[in-house]
Amino acid sequence: METRRLASAVATANRPALSTGVVEPGERRGPTSAAGRRASIEGTVLADRVYRWAVLAFALCIPLLLLVIFVEVGRAGWPALRQFGFAFLTTSVWDPVAGEFGAAPAIVGTILTSLIALLIATPLALGGAIFLSDFSPSWLRQPLSFLIDLLAAVPSVVYGLWGVFVLLPLLRETVMPFLRDTLHLGATPFFSGPAYGPSLLAAGLILSIMVLPYVAAVSREVLLAVPRAQREAALALGATRWETITGAVLPYARSGIIGGVILGLGRALGETMAVTMVIGNRHELSASLFAPGYTMASLIANEFTEATSDIHLSALMAVGFVLLLITLSVNGIARWLVWRTGGRRA
Amino acid sequence: MTDSATIDSTPRPSAARDAPTALETRRLHAWFGATAAVRDVTLGFPTQEVTAIIGPSGCGKSTLLRCLNRMHETVPLARVAGEVLFFGRDVYGPGVDPIALRRQVGMVFQRPTPFPTMSIRDNVAAGLRARPGERLGRREVDAVVERALRHAALWDEVKDRLGGSATGISGGQQQRLCIARALASEPQVLLLDEPTASLDPLSTQKVEELVYELRQSMTVVIVTHNMQQAARVSDRTVFMLAGEMIETADTGTMFTAPSDSRTEAYITGRFG
Amino acid sequence: MTTPVAAEHRHRARVRGRGLARRRGTSVTMIALTCVAAAIAIVPLLLIFGYLLREGAGALSVDFFTNMPRPVGETGGGMANAIVGTLILVGIASTVGLPVGIGAGLYLAEHGGTRVANLVRFLADVLNGLPSIVMGIFAWQFLVRPFGHFSALAGGAAIGAMMIPLVTRTTEEMVRTVPGSLREAALALGYPRWRTSLQIVLRTALGGIVTGVLVAVARVAGETAPLLFTAFGNQFWSTNVTEPIAALPLQVFVYAISPYDEWHAQAWAGALVLIALVLLISVLARVAVRARHGRPND
Repeated sequence: METRRLASAVATANRPALSTGVVEPGERRGPTSAAGRRASIEGTVLADRVYRWAVLAFALCIPLLLLVIFVEVGRAGWPALRQFGFAFLTTSVWDPVAGEFGAAPAIVGTILTSLIALLIATPLALGGAIFLSDFSPSWLRQPLSFLIDLLAAVPSVVYGLWGVFVLLPLLRETVMPFLRDTLHLGATPFFSGPAYGPSLLAAGLILSIMVLPYVAAVSREVLLAVPRAQREAALALGATRWETITGAVLPYARSGIIGGVILGLGRALGETMAVTMVIGNRHELSASLFAPGYTMASLIANEFTEATSDIHLSALMAVGFVLLLITLSVNGIARWLVWRTGGRRA
Repeated sequence: MTDSATIDSTPRPSAARDAPTALETRRLHAWFGATAAVRDVTLGFPTQEVTAIIGPSGCGKSTLLRCLNRMHETVPLARVAGEVLFFGRDVYGPGVDPIALRRQVGMVFQRPTPFPTMSIRDNVAAGLRARPGERLGRREVDAVVERALRHAALWDEVKDRLGGSATGISGGQQQRLCIARALASEPQVLLLDEPTASLDPLSTQKVEELVYELRQSMTVVIVTHNMQQAARVSDRTVFMLAGEMIETADTGTMFTAPSDSRTEAYITGRFG
Repeated sequence: MTTPVAAEHRHRARVRGRGLARRRGTSVTMIALTCVAAAIAIVPLLLIFGYLLREGAGALSVDFFTNMPRPVGETGGGMANAIVGTLILVGIASTVGLPVGIGAGLYLAEHGGTRVANLVRFLADVLNGLPSIVMGIFAWQFLVRPFGHFSALAGGAAIGAMMIPLVTRTTEEMVRTVPGSLREAALALGYPRWRTSLQIVLRTALGGIVTGVLVAVARVAGETAPLLFTAFGNQFWSTNVTEPIAALPLQVFVYAISPYDEWHAQAWAGALVLIALVLLISVLARVAVRARHGRPND
């Protein structure tokens, strides 16, 4: 009895008689019901509107943030850009004391180290991805993918630490002498000069390790997205397994893989900590990979807190702005290429 | 003319001659973009009776049902014209809150949709709303949950696991849970869109018995593609074809002596 | 006695056979090379983890977790302030990154193909590719320069901004997996749209969203560059968010480039703790997914 009474009390509480616009059987429409009706309609619609505007506002934070970053960094770098003009990008004199700033070494260093990274990482990443997608035994696939992806989870500073204490000595004592003497590459300008360790080569090597998982992941996705029919058709025509890859799979996946490579490039361009720890941090335009150098990111990291004058700071900001422009364009191209082959975003 | 009250053993409040029917459509049209799904349907659903809507796939019966509780408009590019009267009041008229309407007109869908992150108890209570200014105490909610589960013939099966996940019970039980959830707020009308289409025969039977019982407390409209089901549970039947209402009659007459030839063709299985 | 025609056929078959053998040989070689490539790819990983364990474990002790950095020459220094600092920074980052990320993800999931949504999605990807050093100098320009001092808030905001694209993408994907029938059922019960989105849809997708958040946190906890000019680092204990604050990756960096061997050892230990933290969070993310699907809800 008690339960039933409680239940019906709740039931009447749940029957929104007066507070809605819907009329109960037998209820007369009067001024009170009209007022109650209006309140609840407005209440619901208001909450819905608040929700819609709130999520829109949050979503618009993203374009807003990008815009603000662009504007602020550009504004801060503008004095230096205006003062030095286009020469900022081409001169190699960086003298805070004299107030002369040319970012060419940093820009060239960025491009060089990233290219080295890609040259080393791409065959390894692509080879590994091909192995994973087509030739690896199924029990190996997951663990191997996991390990390669794990490379991407290692923080940059840890790479740098390892680079300083493991890679640099290795380079100085083993690899560089090997390249210079055993392979006689020391005769070329690219491997000449003193080899103390910190160098463009070291930065390129570290970057290649950091970039590898990204190229591998995108390549893997894109290769897996190639329909089985392509592979089967090639095999049916008498191709060997390798010829299936080169003839049927790779051409299909080509733009996606290139997209992945360019994505890796984008990452390499912006890498800071590991690079600044192994590159030597010297404003020097040298043809030799054994020489220390700079990248835009490591330049900023190294000098920002010590910036002596306003123009010095502005020059660093300008370098940041140039880096921003370059990485945005590169990433944009990469995403477009990956999207074109239908590979999922990495 | 014998009074229906003396023939029927279940007591039914006799409908006053002038009281408005629970649901009624007047010249109802419904579109998805440019496609007309419901064309000019004028139809009454008698209070505290079960009305079945039958017809071949694509005839618009589900769309018609969804117009009754203003669910049709939740789909993009959906349009409605005409009137739907809920106890005499046009639900598409100015000042009517669709949300309040949906609390008075409950709906159960073809596939069971328990909320996966809620327990059985919380699922049933999901539709309960306190009056503004009041709070629902736990005991009151528990009482409502029990009542609704009993009403849906599910109480005995789940009473020891009310706190368990709602997805851990069988499909038939989940559908009855959804019915209990719709019943918890004691709607005046219950709309069922092919509720047993994805259930096994035993669960189907339980749901049909339930639907037959529900007429004592509410008006029921059930869309079904199963004519035998319509014959078993409904008092009146409506036949629809290509968006139009072809015929409506009490169930017995509809299945024994339909007046339209198209109805007869459908019922005898010549198409559909 | 062989006819010239038969001889010709046999010769052709032999040539073809040699050609096929060569092609097969190439195939096997190349496949072996891809296997080698995959092996070489994971060598650095093994090397790094190996050295981390060897060098870092040696310097780890209870002191490391409980003590403050000590001057060179004194033993028993630790990185307690840096560990706590990282936790605080991640907390601040979450207050910035989560609301925007989840809100934007909800918006994208519910308004999928509109022009605004596509633009936002594209720009989120762009933001993801922004170099962390650029985020650092922006945060300095925007949150440090006007106030005249470094602060944990600026650092937290910088890495919080970096969390946004990751959280947005995960939220959108997870919300999309919630079947439309669930949303319909809620609407039919009389739920207003906002309650449907938040209490039903978002709640159903929450497990996956939490995973995505944890992954974003793991990624962001290891960032150093944005903190260089915002949080700046602090040799002393500080939990004041308006002051510079120590952070694990920052400390590792400073110690690594220092000339002192003891600090080098501490850097290895710090790096080990950092990697352990990142891996722990990633594992937690995976476990969280399984737990949500396993246990009965109350």
